[in-house]
Amino acid sequence: MITLEYVYVFAGLVFGAFAVLSAFDRSNKKRLGNAAFWGLFAASFLFGSHLSDLQNGILVLALVAIGGFNLLGKGTREETTPAERRASAEQRGNWLFVPALIIPVTVLLGTLFLKDAHIGGTALLDGKQVTIISLGLGVALSLIAAMAWLRPPLLAPLQEGRRLADTVGWAMLLPQMLASLGAVFALSGVGGAVGHIATDWLPLDTPFAAVLTYCIGMALFTAIMGNAFAAFPVMTAAIGLPLIVHKFGGDVVVMASIGMLSGFCGTLVTPMAANFNIVPAALLELPDRNGVIKVQVPTAIMLLTANTALMYFCVYRF
Amino acid sequence: MWTLLGIAVLAIGFLIRLNPLLVIAAAALVTGVAGHIAPLDILAAFGKAFNQSRYVSVVFLVLPAIGLLERAGLQERARAFIAGLRGFTVGRLLLLYLFLRQIFAAVGLVALGGQAQMVRPLIAPMAEGAAEAKHGPLPEKTHWMIRAYAASADNVGAFFGEDIFVAIGSVLLIVGFLQQSGVVVQPLSLSLWAIPTAIVAFFVHGARLLLLDRKLKREQAKAAAE
Repeated sequence: MITLEYVYVFAGLVFGAFAVLSAFDRSNKKRLGNAAFWGLFAASFLFGSHLSDLQNGILVLALVAIGGFNLLGKGTREETTPAERRASAEQRGNWLFVPALIIPVTVLLGTLFLKDAHIGGTALLDGKQVTIISLGLGVALSLIAAMAWLRPPLLAPLQEGRRLADTVGWAMLLPQMLASLGAVFALSGVGGAVGHIATDWLPLDTPFAAVLTYCIGMALFTAIMGNAFAAFPVMTAAIGLPLIVHKFGGDVVVMASIGMLSGFCGTLVTPMAANFNIVPAALLELPDRNGVIKVQVPTAIMLLTANTALMYFCVYRF
Repeated sequence: MWTLLGIAVLAIGFLIRLNPLLVIAAAALVTGVAGHIAPLDILAAFGKAFNQSRYVSVVFLVLPAIGLLERAGLQERARAFIAGLRGFTVGRLLLLYLFLRQIFAAVGLVALGGQAQMVRPLIAPMAEGAAEAKHGPLPEKTHWMIRAYAASADNVGAFFGEDIFVAIGSVLLIVGFLQQSGVVVQPLSLSLWAIPTAIVAFFVHGARLLLLDRKLKREQAKAAAE
């Protein structure tokens, strides 16, 4: 059975190759920093499942030190010139889109058809992880197709991948770092403390105030935690269920559904949701790492207002 | 209450623009200590969660594939392709992407899209190509803004489409949490109540995407006047 572990080994090998190539990149003054960073990241993927929690923690600490104290650089070597790329684009035309689209199409087909596929009685792959496994599969297929068609130097995909990875740099760690911080928050009871503040200090004595506090609370708490999933149980246990539903007789479905969507408004405006907001800014080479957030703030405010109004007008009627 | 100190560390660290990795590590330490957890246990908890969340970084595997195609002129082709389609402005292109992203997410295909797979190699260069076809060469700052809007279309489309699908994580989380609290709800009814917000999101963000066209026109007129 193909499990997530196979994809981790694939990723570990790719990041390991970034490390080796970095070590030899003389155009990068901090090349040893890059080599160590990608090497440790590769180690996490290759061996993380066999290390103890503490060993994994020490590994993260080393990654944080390299990324946090500015020991990462960037090579300056370009593989092809803009003129070469334009000529290639002209020559190959729209066929260039095909290998790029292989990735999402494989994910799509994998999710639809491979989830319950069996070969000789055993499951082909771990059905719970089908999206991520299909993504790994799609990348492999896309690479094979592009290599066969374009015939670039053998190391080209790794060199180009490394160039893009260096553009993202330490920001690549953020999604996992924030997920881990969320785990420490949960362990220390941060959620409960926020719930206490919301119920003890805020005026919640009218149906409207309860809805207003719940919706804004969901958005704010999501912005703090970076994830509406962490905010929902806390805010709903503190305000949603006891006040909106039980005290004022609101509908539980309307409350829960629109409450979660109010949380998503918070996701749009927080650097804590790094994979949606900070990593794209790095991927798109924006100089301001909050560039994506700034564009999303007006939409988030308008949507939160709409959600609050929608919940107030519907929750007490259904 | 002291456990909230970590949130303060986080907010201040982000505000004074320290390196986020250091800020997050400090916030975790402060939160854990305030919650009476021994430092080594905090480190172990952090390491465990980091290891378990490796799946979020698998998406970076697309970088070699995307890089290889960019080397062969993928971005240049994406720009030229959209410039050849007359009538496709930046705003209309991103509006179409927002719409498709919402529809696909609503039927459970939230994986069809994404910042590394779709926005960086295809959507952002297409948006820039559409803008340049209409307004001519643009200053770098305008390119950055267009790319940020492309990223926002992906996020808004995914967030406010996926909850319409009954088997998505957030809907299942709601059902599970409410069940623990002794309330039984149907996933389908939760999904139905996600539709009004999805429609509002489409109109609000879609209108802002269309306004981007006007903004570019104004900027162009201003640049011409100078």
